[in-house]
Amino acid sequence: MAVLPRRRLAAVALAATTALLVTAGCGGGDDAEADGPITLTVDVFGQFGYDQLYQEYMAAHPDVKIVERGTGSNLDEYSPKLTQWLAAGRGAGDIVAIEEGLLVEYKANPGNFVNLLDHGAADLKGNFLEWKWNAGLTADGKQLIGLGTDVGGIAICYRKDLFEKAGLPTERDAVSKLWPTWQDYIATGEKFVAAKTGASFLDAATNTFNTILLQTAGNTTGYSYYDTSGNVVVDSNPAVRQAWDTTMDIIDSGLSGRYGSWSEEWVSAFKQTKFATIACPAWMTGVIEGNAGPAAKGKWDIARVPGSGGNWGGSHLAVPKQSKHQAEAIELATFLTSAKGQIGAFKAKGPLPSSPQALDDPAIAGSTNAYFSGAPVGAIFGTGAKSLKPVYMGPKNQAVRTEVENAVRTVELGQRSPAQGWTDAVTNAKKAAAK
Amino acid sequence: MTVQLDARPPAAPAAGHQRLSSGRLSRLDTRLSPYLYIAPFFLLFAVFGVYPLAYTFWVSLHDWDLLGTDHPFVGAENYTRLLADVDFWHALVNTLGIFVISTVPQLLAALWLANLLNRGLRGRTGWRMAVLVPNVTSTAAVAIVFGVLFGREFGMVNWLLDLVGMDAIEWKSNRVASWVAISAMVDWRWTGYNALILLAAMQAIPRDLYEAAAIDGANRARQFWSVTVPLLKPTIIFCTIIATIGGLQLFTEPRMFHSGTNPIRGGPLRESQTLTMYMFENAFAPHYNFGYGSAVAWLLFALIALVAAVNVLVLRRLGGGAGPRKGATR
Repeated sequence: MAVLPRRRLAAVALAATTALLVTAGCGGGDDAEADGPITLTVDVFGQFGYDQLYQEYMAAHPDVKIVERGTGSNLDEYSPKLTQWLAAGRGAGDIVAIEEGLLVEYKANPGNFVNLLDHGAADLKGNFLEWKWNAGLTADGKQLIGLGTDVGGIAICYRKDLFEKAGLPTERDAVSKLWPTWQDYIATGEKFVAAKTGASFLDAATNTFNTILLQTAGNTTGYSYYDTSGNVVVDSNPAVRQAWDTTMDIIDSGLSGRYGSWSEEWVSAFKQTKFATIACPAWMTGVIEGNAGPAAKGKWDIARVPGSGGNWGGSHLAVPKQSKHQAEAIELATFLTSAKGQIGAFKAKGPLPSSPQALDDPAIAGSTNAYFSGAPVGAIFGTGAKSLKPVYMGPKNQAVRTEVENAVRTVELGQRSPAQGWTDAVTNAKKAAAK
Repeated sequence: MTVQLDARPPAAPAAGHQRLSSGRLSRLDTRLSPYLYIAPFFLLFAVFGVYPLAYTFWVSLHDWDLLGTDHPFVGAENYTRLLADVDFWHALVNTLGIFVISTVPQLLAALWLANLLNRGLRGRTGWRMAVLVPNVTSTAAVAIVFGVLFGREFGMVNWLLDLVGMDAIEWKSNRVASWVAISAMVDWRWTGYNALILLAAMQAIPRDLYEAAAIDGANRARQFWSVTVPLLKPTIIFCTIIATIGGLQLFTEPRMFHSGTNPIRGGPLRESQTLTMYMFENAFAPHYNFGYGSAVAWLLFALIALVAAVNVLVLRRLGGGAGPRKGATR
């Protein structure tokens, strides 16, 4: 445990990283070679499905080379890096993806980003669902931070083979009919557990909790942990309490496999077929395919989500002021978020478009996903996407959400009773909001 | 050299003058050059050690949002809040707990290993190099592998426990179990390193002390406890202090041990969150409160200084720093 070698190692690593960031982050440092192609770096997390689009764009723009970083990493790994790059004034890509929950934090310091309205973005307004466009605007409406990419229509993805083993219907319409409400979903889960297939009914209570919360909040108050005037309302927003209680029922019925979401066990559980259903925002289909691997192709399918609709996730593309190639970056971001770009991304990895033109396009409406037994993903996720009600996120949404989800997890793991967990959730959420 | 030169009487006045100036130069050389030789270290230390330390202190006196443009001065407020912060004390207990259950067995094992390596083994150099191998591997890789070994459901350790009929242990969400798992990887990595340092010190012990002890009728074990260990005390103190500093700064192992959402908490109830992880959580994601994080860093600094001082005092009291004579006559 000697500190010296470790420190030296850290110093070397730091130096190396800095060198990398300086070269990679600022467009390959190829300002010197003015004639050669410029490199645009795109920072993402999860699966954005842009590979094909990059190829197309580079073919049409021989002077541009595109490098994507961060594919597959989760948001918790990605967001501190992005924040550090912004704070340090260097290191960030020419285009950065920002998830809706973090957008509120970044919007508080708009000086870090190029105001896209200064670059003619106002003309693009019609390309986005109105609330998605508005989410990219600062509070005073004078700066557009980011162009919308996807929104998160929600469904339930399930393993047909496990359903069959448990004697449940496997056909997607029949499965959807099993659970008009979350209580029905729980009842189905109990039947599944009773059949003793060796697998759990769902992956982790936190994922399901988040889904229920965003659905309930969208349908009722329109906000979750913060009200629209910025007060923490974890304990007074009935939507939070309702989502909490439903989740406690799920845990109480022993439905959860307790695989902490995004953990290595979670990934293993996908591979080893250890759970039958997962709350499935559109972007999750790409994650499932990545985790479960090609061997599970055709074993997954997609059913309707209990309750009605809901929105979880969705991102924006922004151009940091530190980018050396702002004009080119804006052009690429505009291309990636165009109806054509959003359709391409949807076909590749499943994130649901936020462009009404793309949602109306037959390419989306009629699209199916071979990995998910040819499920009509366009119809499943696209239905109601245009009428989605957005959920307002407060300034420290990410920190507060972490506390509440952790409280869910402690109950799930049997470390806390539901009552203790709720007290923790409220206390810690308030503490996090004050930090 | 110079002293001798100066001591010699001048042979001739002209030559004497020359000698004198060269003598003055060399005197200057004697006085100054050692400082020049060690200066690079202190320059680097000032740039990479003192400056960050002072700057961190400056930051800790402000309300410093990482992305914000204003950083209002708040005085000691971060510190007073921190001292009333239960999560800080929780992390402190974790850090000390992991530190104790990793350092003590580690140093004992290193001592035992060094003693074995000190014997006339065949292929001695090979064995000695082999104990250092864990130290060469990447900490992150080690932590990931151990994280998998200690998995709740798919982990090898629980599988082995199951084979001998024991219940699976929640290695990641049971506080003490997670300490043990993390200590295991710290030990795996650093025992060999400490063993080599102790071995080097062991080889400096004169052989005749052992011969004398043998003549007095001391067996191997007796020789070890009565000759080797007392003579190794200064080295043991060194190893302990180095281990203290490293142990209190433990970050990579517990951080990589947890995967999934927000691993920086070290489990849902912060089961194995160390102080450095707590610092990171506050300074970076999800709080981005640089001032508060810096205050944690400074308290950690104070803690390390304190624990190191206590270490030295305790080991002195136990008779550390003993000279060969003292050890030999015991």
